[in-house]
Amino acid sequence: MIAVGVMTAVGFASVYIARKSVVSTASLTYAGLFFGLYAVAHLVVRATVPFADPYLLPIVGLLTGVGLTEIYRLNPDDAFKQAGWIVVGVALFTLALVLLRHDYRRLEVYKYLFGITAIALLVLPVLPVIGLTVNGARLWVHFGPLRFQPGELAKVMLIVFLAGYMREKREVLAQGRLKDWGPLLVIWALAMLVLLETKDLGGGLLYFGIFLAMLYMATARIGYVAAGLGLFLVGAVGVWRVTPHVRERVTIWLHPWTDHKVYCPLSGQFDLRQNCESFQLVKSLYSIGNGEYGGTGLGKGTFLTLPAGNSPPHPIIPDLNTDFIYSALAQELGLIGAAALLLVYMIFVLRGMRTSLLAQDGFSKLFAAGLTFGFALQTFIIVGGILRIIPLTGITLPFVSYGGSSVVANFLLLAGLLLVSNRANREMLR
Amino acid sequence: MNKQVSQIGVVGLVLLAALILGTTYWQTWANAGLADRQDNEIRLVAQFTIKRGTIYAGDSRTPLAVNVSKKIGGQTLYFRRYPTGPLFSDVVGYSTQSRNRTGLERSYNDYLTGSNANLDTIFRSAIDKLKGSTVTGNDVVLTLRPNLQALARRLMQGKCGAVVALEPTTGRVLAMVTNPAYNPNLIEKQFNQATRSNAPCGASLLNRATAGKYQPGSTFKMVTAAAALDTGRFTPDSPFYDPGYCVEYGQRVRNAGNPEAPETFGPVNLTTGFEHSINSVFCNVGKTLGAGTVLRYAQRFGFYSVPPLETPDNERVASGLYNHGRLFRPKQPQFEVDPGRLAFGQERLQVTPLQMAMVAAAIANHGVLMRPQLVERVVSPSGTTVTHLKPQVLSQPIKRQTADQLTQMMELAVTGGTGTAAQIPGIRVAGKTGTAEIGRGNVNTTWFACFAPAETPRIAIAVVVENQNGGFGGTVSAPIAKQIMEALLR
Repeated sequence: MIAVGVMTAVGFASVYIARKSVVSTASLTYAGLFFGLYAVAHLVVRATVPFADPYLLPIVGLLTGVGLTEIYRLNPDDAFKQAGWIVVGVALFTLALVLLRHDYRRLEVYKYLFGITAIALLVLPVLPVIGLTVNGARLWVHFGPLRFQPGELAKVMLIVFLAGYMREKREVLAQGRLKDWGPLLVIWALAMLVLLETKDLGGGLLYFGIFLAMLYMATARIGYVAAGLGLFLVGAVGVWRVTPHVRERVTIWLHPWTDHKVYCPLSGQFDLRQNCESFQLVKSLYSIGNGEYGGTGLGKGTFLTLPAGNSPPHPIIPDLNTDFIYSALAQELGLIGAAALLLVYMIFVLRGMRTSLLAQDGFSKLFAAGLTFGFALQTFIIVGGILRIIPLTGITLPFVSYGGSSVVANFLLLAGLLLVSNRANREMLR
Repeated sequence: MNKQVSQIGVVGLVLLAALILGTTYWQTWANAGLADRQDNEIRLVAQFTIKRGTIYAGDSRTPLAVNVSKKIGGQTLYFRRYPTGPLFSDVVGYSTQSRNRTGLERSYNDYLTGSNANLDTIFRSAIDKLKGSTVTGNDVVLTLRPNLQALARRLMQGKCGAVVALEPTTGRVLAMVTNPAYNPNLIEKQFNQATRSNAPCGASLLNRATAGKYQPGSTFKMVTAAAALDTGRFTPDSPFYDPGYCVEYGQRVRNAGNPEAPETFGPVNLTTGFEHSINSVFCNVGKTLGAGTVLRYAQRFGFYSVPPLETPDNERVASGLYNHGRLFRPKQPQFEVDPGRLAFGQERLQVTPLQMAMVAAAIANHGVLMRPQLVERVVSPSGTTVTHLKPQVLSQPIKRQTADQLTQMMELAVTGGTGTAAQIPGIRVAGKTGTAEIGRGNVNTTWFACFAPAETPRIAIAVVVENQNGGFGGTVSAPIAKQIMEALLR
């Protein structure tokens, strides 16, 4: 518990120091409120899950603090909204801990409900009237001014379903009888179809990865993973052939720069690809490169163009504070800061996996490991896309990116891990 | 199940570690390549985070280029403002966002941004960067005298052409004016308006003083006379007979611009020929010396090479014979060049005002040509001098004695010849007029090259004015030169 205090203090100190370079007067009250919020969250954790892993909450505090700081730097209005979402996230987190503090394994009973709800959530954006297309992907639901990305929540629910189902059927799954695979495959095929329909490639990759990882952990059959990967490759090639959207993503990934002009589907004219489809990726790489070792310093990065002629400055990278927040952070914090941030993510993964290892029952193990692996994979998909390790697909960076749905869903993810960890540690002590 | 959980955990950690490697790759190894990319706007913006040094006129007080800071996206950016507007624009140039830099803003960019390879500056810039404070460039002080510059600009108002004034003993450029000029403050936002002028010609972005190519007319006789005397083939008293024309290739070439009333001087000497700018005299000198010798002397004065100056290379051109817009170096001048026409400044000669000012300055400085220089000194923000002007000898095109004989001849041209409009009471002025027909009726390019005082020269000037209908060097350009000399000497 002392570690919690130290970690939180260090986290807040860094956030506070960083904030000071951006705003001077508001920063103190702002940091104070933020600290208060996490103090409350901490007390809730102490009261409901006293044996839970002491690192997870401070890490999340640090990540949201870093994210909030950077969002504030890029767009103060968004930061206030994000702060609101963090409050909502903490509230739901509290609710989840209070409700499930005695035995979260009740969730297992409702696994099918979770599975079907997840699919329903995924389908929501496709529906007319409430569905909304942003940047070519139909991921949003809106009720008046309120917009929500249900896919983020579906992620956590699917993990509950998978953990419950696989725990129950792990032996028979390992034998490979079609009857037992049925429900799994049905829900799975539905999820994938929906993702294909919404063109949410990043989400598809994430869910598929989580599915394979959990399947492997449940059945210990590496063959399933191989078959799954094989299927994925076949599917990927198929999708690549029929979907121009996917083909474009791959082309951008392999050849973001061209020396000669190529057809630009965005403008209908011929242009260099870096001025057209790969614009965002290339500008983001410039941003990262500009950070070098030490970074420009918080608040000193370059995210706007020069005013040229009579046109005022405009953002160099679109969607900077959502999908591309990593390239903003990498520029301002440099290699040292970016690596430190990724190390924080690694510590979170380590603690999450430790929780899974200490857990006594299959559901808890699968649940914790699934959540943790999902967290790691999601980070990899977005940052790896930005760094051109894999094709770029839009998805949020957990706890750091601007986005209410993402923050709320990840707080639930945190609640899940703390619940498992609390139970595991309590039983250990006994 | 624990084994599998561990394995998946390792997979997750490896994925994240790959991200650290990826970030390292882009921020270290690949960074140089990214920074060089044309479309990397961040690098472009970075240039404007530097507080460029101020450019001052020769009085070290009048600011010619200053910074205006603007907060954009959390960064303080520095943009240029030119308090004197078009007055110094051709020399100072501009530094804006959407265009390439020009003038000293371009050629002195390293000094102005503090990235010059001077130990003191490197140290200071590095400290600034480490501290995270704004990098501040060095100030640049020019040799240009603001009062002469303003006067020359005023005298050139409504005319097209250029004025170059040099200090003969040091090579300092005292004034360098081109008209029409542009307003550097409008370049970024109102480009069309920036280059608009009331002068009867276009191309206001062209620095006519160093890149304008003009037929020299009779001002070139300074070079021919220098060759004639310096080779020892002629003396100031060498006799000539002027029938009003000169025979070349069996054809008569008449003397002055008006073919109906050619002046006929009869028996004269070289000095009289120079004083009254008699073409037939120089035609014969040219034929005697040969085109090769005349061109060789032209070269000694700096023709056929781009004159050295601190402005960017592409804003200066070489003087000499031009063929279809390109510098023409005859391999066999005796066959390829008309020596008579060359000698009195026709043929295909094209010269810059700077070059003619250099010829006058070399004669003034007893035959020693000093390297023309525009930058008096570069001063660091802390006040220490980074570099300062050291007068340099560029060459010695002619002997001292030749220079002194030429000076006497040029003095006579002002006291009793074609350049009387340049007389200043109490001061000995030496000068040479020039009027070049451009092949459109009476429309001439008018020249005057001069220096004063003749015994201890302090200023050498070349003035060129384009498209003067019925105007001559002695009537249009000489009065302009006179007023500038007077302003300096009185």
